[in-house]
Amino acid sequence: MQDAILEVDDLVVEFDTDEGRVRALDGVGFSVKAGETVGVVGESGCGKSVTAQSIMRLLPQPMGQIVGGAIRFHGQDLASLSLEEMRRIRGARIGMVFQEPMTALNPVHTIGRQLTEVILLHKKVSKQEALQKAVAILDRVGIPSPDIRMGEYPHQLSGGMRQRVVIAMALVCEPDLLIADEPTTALDVTIQAQILELIQELQQDMGMAVMLITHDLGVIAETCQNVVVMYAGRVAERGTVYDIFDKPSHPYTQGLLASIPRLDTTPKSRLTIIPGMVPGLRDLPPGCRFENRCPFSDEACCVQTPVEEAVSGQHTVACLHWKALSPAQPGGVI
Amino acid sequence: MTPLLEVNDLKMHFPVREGLFLRASKFNRAVDGVNLHVAPGETLGLVGESGCGKSTLGRCITRLYQPTSGEIKFRDQDISRMRNRDLLPLRRDIQMIFQDPLESLNARHTVGEILEEPLIIHKMGNRQERQKRVAELLNQVGLPARSVTRYPFEFSGGQRQRIGIARAIALKPSLIVCDEPVSALDVSIQSQILNLLVELQQELNLAYLFIAHDLAVVKHISDRIAIMYLGRIVESGPGEALYRNPQHPYTQSLISAIPVPDPHQKSQRILLKGDVPSPINPPSGCRFHTRCPRATQICKEQEPVLTAQPETGGLVTACHHAGPA
Repeated sequence: MQDAILEVDDLVVEFDTDEGRVRALDGVGFSVKAGETVGVVGESGCGKSVTAQSIMRLLPQPMGQIVGGAIRFHGQDLASLSLEEMRRIRGARIGMVFQEPMTALNPVHTIGRQLTEVILLHKKVSKQEALQKAVAILDRVGIPSPDIRMGEYPHQLSGGMRQRVVIAMALVCEPDLLIADEPTTALDVTIQAQILELIQELQQDMGMAVMLITHDLGVIAETCQNVVVMYAGRVAERGTVYDIFDKPSHPYTQGLLASIPRLDTTPKSRLTIIPGMVPGLRDLPPGCRFENRCPFSDEACCVQTPVEEAVSGQHTVACLHWKALSPAQPGGVI
Repeated sequence: MTPLLEVNDLKMHFPVREGLFLRASKFNRAVDGVNLHVAPGETLGLVGESGCGKSTLGRCITRLYQPTSGEIKFRDQDISRMRNRDLLPLRRDIQMIFQDPLESLNARHTVGEILEEPLIIHKMGNRQERQKRVAELLNQVGLPARSVTRYPFEFSGGQRQRIGIARAIALKPSLIVCDEPVSALDVSIQSQILNLLVELQQELNLAYLFIAHDLAVVKHISDRIAIMYLGRIVESGPGEALYRNPQHPYTQSLISAIPVPDPHQKSQRILLKGDVPSPINPPSGCRFHTRCPRATQICKEQEPVLTAQPETGGLVTACHHAGPA
C-alpha cells in the first residue's frame, strides 16, 4: 500500500460565535493516497467544507480554531505551520477549487494576470515563461483560443469556462493534492460531466490525489475510489466506494442511499425518507448525533458516543448497532 | 381528456436595452414558440439547462409575465392577453411554488399571516373560518400547529418549502407551477418534499408543471416530460419512454451526463462540446446544431419541427436525425 499524502487525524475544530463556542468538527479522521480520489459526502452543516478549510488553514479568522488533532501532509503537520510556511504550500502543493467560480476569481484582473501571479509566486521563472505556462494550462483544461482568453475578465466567460479557469489556477503549479469543494454544484449537468471528466483526466496525467467534497452521491459513485460519509461534524462511515454503496452499514448512509430518486425507480412511488433534519451545532444530541433521526436508536445511543469500528478491510462505521443491521440494498426499505 | 392547460406557439421576448438612449435593438428570445398541454391531475416535467427558458415559461403560464405572442388556454379560455383585473379569479386556480422559499415568503409576516393572505384577497370565509383553514393547511403539509405565530426565518429550508406549498394549495388550485422546488434542499429533505407533493396531488387532484434541471427528480414525479433547449421544446413524451428510448441527441446526452449513484455502473457519457449559445442570437436552423454530434448541413439551414416518433411509446421529437443513441 502506498503512503498517504494527506492524513487527517482526530481533527477537532471549534468556532467562537455570539452564542458561545460550538464544535464544528469532532474527531474527524481519514487519509488520501497519491493518485486516488476520496469523496467526502454529507448534507449542509455536516462539516465537509470546514474540513477542507482546516486543511488549507483557511478557517474564518479569528472565529475558527483547530483545537485538536493533526493534519499531516507528506508527514508534516499543517496545523502547526506558520502562516508564511503555509502560504508556500497552498496553491503550490495543494490546489483548491471552490463551488462558486465567480467569487474565486478577481473580477478586476484579467485571467492572464491571475494565472501568471500564481506561477510567479511559487516558481522561479521569468515573466515570459510564466505567460507560456499560463497559456498552456488554459489549453490543457479545454479553453478555446487560450491566448485571447488571457486578456479577458472573468465576467466575459460562461460558468463552465470560469470553473475551468479556477481549475487551471489550482493545477498550474502541479500540486500533489487537489481539494475540490462542490466544484460542479453550480453548473448544469452537461457542463458538470465535462468538468468531472477533466478533473479525472488531469488526475491521471499528473498522478495527483483529489479530495472531492460533494453532496451528490452520483458524483461520488462515478469519480471516487474511497468515500467518507460525514454527519454533524463526525465521520459516520468510510470505506471504498463499493463498501459504501453495496454494504452501507451506518443507518445514515443507508437512509441517504435509499432516499435519492433514481432514474429507474417507479414514478411517484414513495421515497424512503430520513425523518427530521440535521441538528444544529448548538443543540447536538449527547450520544450518537444521528440518534434523533435514526430508526434503530435506543437508550444506549442517547448517552454513548459511537466510535469507529472496522467492518472489513478499510471499511469503518461509527454506530453502536451496526452489527445488528443488515446492510440495506440501495432503494430498499430500512 | 381535455387538457386543463394548453400552450400554443408561446413566445416571450425580452428587449435588451443598450446604448445611449436604451433602445431595444435586440431581443432575448427566452421562450420562442413553445407548445404543451397538461391534463387535470397530471404532472408535466419541464427539464433544461440554465438559460433554456423553463422558468420564463412557468412565469408566463402563471401570468407573472405578459407573453409577447401565442396562446395560453386554461380551461379553454385564452388567458395570455387578459388584464390583471380579469385574472384575479384565475389566480385562485393557478398557483406557484418557488425554488427559494426564504425569498418568496414575506420575512415580516408570520406563517399564519402568510397563509391567511390569499384567503383574504379572494374573500374566502370570515376570520374564524380562515384560521381554521390555516390550521388545516399546516396539518396537510406536516407542520406543527404552533407554527402560526412564527416567522419564516425560524424554519429550516425544508420546512420553509412546506410553508410555500401550504400557501400554494390554500385556494384549492387545480394547477401548480413548481419552479425548482427541491433544488435548494438537502438530499434527505428533498425526498420528504417530493413525497409530500405526490401525496397532495393524489389527495387534491392537482396538476403540476414541474420545472427542474435534475432529470432524476423530474422522472420520479412526472407522468410526461418535456425537454427544453434554448427557448424551445426539443422532445417530449411519457417519462418512462423518454428515459428508456430518447430519440433526440440532446436528451440522450442529458441523460448520459447524470451521474448514477452506483459505482458498478460507470455510465458512457456523451459529452457535449461547448456551452449553451446565447438566446439573444440563437443559432440558425436547429438551435442545437452547434453542439450536436449528429449535425449536418440541413441542421444549419432548417429548423426541425416536433414530429411523432413511431414505436417509441409516444415520443415527439424535433430533430432532422432523430433516432436511438
